[in-house]
Amino acid sequence: MLIDFFLQLKKAKIPVSILEFLTLLTALKQGVIKPSIDEFYQLARMTLVKDEQYFDRFDQAFGNYFQGIENIISLQPDIPLAWLEKQLQRVLSPEEKAALKKLGGPEALKKRLVELLQKQKGRHAGGNKWLGTGGSSPFGHGGYHPEGFRIGGASAGNRTAIRVWEAREFKDYDNNLALSPRNMKIALRRLRRFARTGAVLEFDLDNTIQSTAANAGMLDIKMRPERHNQVKVLLLMDVGGSMDDHISKVAELFSAAKTEFKHLEHFYFHNCVYERLWQSNRRRRDQVSATQDIINRYSADYKLIFVGDATMSPYEILSAGGSVEFDNRESGAAWLKRLLHHFPHFAWLNPEPEAVWQYRQSIEMVQNLMQGHMYPVTLAGLESAMRQLSK
Amino acid sequence: MKTVPPITPASFTGSSTYVATSDLKLAVNAALKLQRPLLVKGEPGTGKTMLAEEVAAALGMPLFQWHIKSTTKAQQGLYEYDAVSRLRDSQLGDAKVNDIRNYIIKGVLWQAFEATEPSVLLIDEIDKADIEFPNDLLREIDRMEFYVYETRELIRAKYRPLVIITSNNEKELPDAFLRRCFFHYIAFPDAQTMQSIVEVHHPNLKQDLLAAALKSFYQIRALPGLKKKPSTSELIDWLKLLLAEDIAPAELYQTDENVLIPPLHGALLKNEQDLQLFERLVLMNRNHR
Repeated sequence: MLIDFFLQLKKAKIPVSILEFLTLLTALKQGVIKPSIDEFYQLARMTLVKDEQYFDRFDQAFGNYFQGIENIISLQPDIPLAWLEKQLQRVLSPEEKAALKKLGGPEALKKRLVELLQKQKGRHAGGNKWLGTGGSSPFGHGGYHPEGFRIGGASAGNRTAIRVWEAREFKDYDNNLALSPRNMKIALRRLRRFARTGAVLEFDLDNTIQSTAANAGMLDIKMRPERHNQVKVLLLMDVGGSMDDHISKVAELFSAAKTEFKHLEHFYFHNCVYERLWQSNRRRRDQVSATQDIINRYSADYKLIFVGDATMSPYEILSAGGSVEFDNRESGAAWLKRLLHHFPHFAWLNPEPEAVWQYRQSIEMVQNLMQGHMYPVTLAGLESAMRQLSK
Repeated sequence: MKTVPPITPASFTGSSTYVATSDLKLAVNAALKLQRPLLVKGEPGTGKTMLAEEVAAALGMPLFQWHIKSTTKAQQGLYEYDAVSRLRDSQLGDAKVNDIRNYIIKGVLWQAFEATEPSVLLIDEIDKADIEFPNDLLREIDRMEFYVYETRELIRAKYRPLVIITSNNEKELPDAFLRRCFFHYIAFPDAQTMQSIVEVHHPNLKQDLLAAALKSFYQIRALPGLKKKPSTSELIDWLKLLLAEDIAPAELYQTDENVLIPPLHGALLKNEQDLQLFERLVLMNRNHR
């Protein structure tokens, strides 16, 4: 009973488990609901779907299974143009982007979206979902956005409409475990090093009992310092230009790192590191730190993590004066080598999908400079990066 | 496996002070009937915490509340062993010291398990705690029992409490934990539901003022780029202020000829940047005419 429905949900990549499915059957058996499709919809959703970002996907699968319910794509609801453009940036592959740039203008972009939508109409069953919203909104005004974008204003509680704008993962992520803040943090935890240093503030029960016993029952209180994660991280992040496509991913990574590491220092650079870095993008003109100072200030036990797409022109890495921002006296490669020489534990995290690395000359160059320690921002990539750093 | 006696299946139908949508009622009733925890998420201010209070009141069950902080440990919900007092008492030769039971401090879960009638247990803002916190409570919530090592006794719930868990999505919860719960996402109420919510809180509100205020409220919510959109609880506060100041409905209305900043809008927008953004947008609008 309902096994096809369950499989349909699985196929729609909703994380459902057998336990939840059995719960649903029990609930039906116990007569929690009246025999009505509306109530069944609600019950099925609250039993099987545990994250609101999958609601849209669930609606879709539900509609697919229970035929006869209208399944219409309506292009009429007014779609904000800005949203289209932003969204398209994520949907399109770099090649397509380049092609579109030549076509030019938002009008062309809009046309492309309409095409995509029409294609999608024919493809429902295949589950090749092209458009919709990522779970946590891609254009975060302050990060978390529970509903994603909703078009047409139907609320999640609306039970008849089958919404077409389903949640989807980015195309790039297809073969990867989705990178949520939670598993990002878990991956970062590989880098933990606990140690007790500092002021003795914590009551050490075991030790107190032992020494009190040894002291023939006279109380002998022992204190000890609190346990802290001692790992120190120096995070250098690329901002601006080609990194705009990756802002949400990098911001999530950064906030995960911020909560995981107590000693986290971060600086920004643009495209490649040169003689200056800055800590706040708003004040990047007047508050800069010399890279040499940073090398002098932070000891070699800091783990150095670069985050950047390493996508630039080769001369920005290789030649003096190659920076797009200012006239650098020494090449980016020289500065990179200097940093790596001082910090023996380093890794480069690249938000670009691994598959495109080989096509970009600059990525290959940076990869070589980093002695091969470049990792994609995926769960597997993060884990190998942390393993490399903790060696 | 011995089963814990179930709660008498009453059903929750909302209350005179709380408007529950049909899917929320279904969620609560399913959780009651199947004895599973109910996980409630939703925008801040949509009444997640209030739900537990209202369910307890409506069904006449005692409510046990456990508010989670970033430092809360799962063990604290069960019990804590106050070794320091015992040590001190032993130094003073107090007779109490012979019974370890005197130094076991019961946590909220224990209290709920001990209750002599079916109860509601609220675990509020579970996402505040450490990332492993929910995993540490899996067995306790599943089987409704735990073991006290100090006294070697098994504490089992007399009546399985209805567990309501709220989350603000600051951290993601582990899958094993999610699988055991029913999940309800409190969507932001539509205009109609909002009207009934407001009527519950301010029964004597003038119809036209309410209509004007609601319209203004949804307009503000629709503004792009707000860091924190005003929510139900802010709307209710704002209405309270409007009533107190006795403001005429016309002052709230944004007509085409007349663009204005609604009075007391500070109650709706609590973020400085949002306030500035809002004022700028309104002024821009005005200048365009």
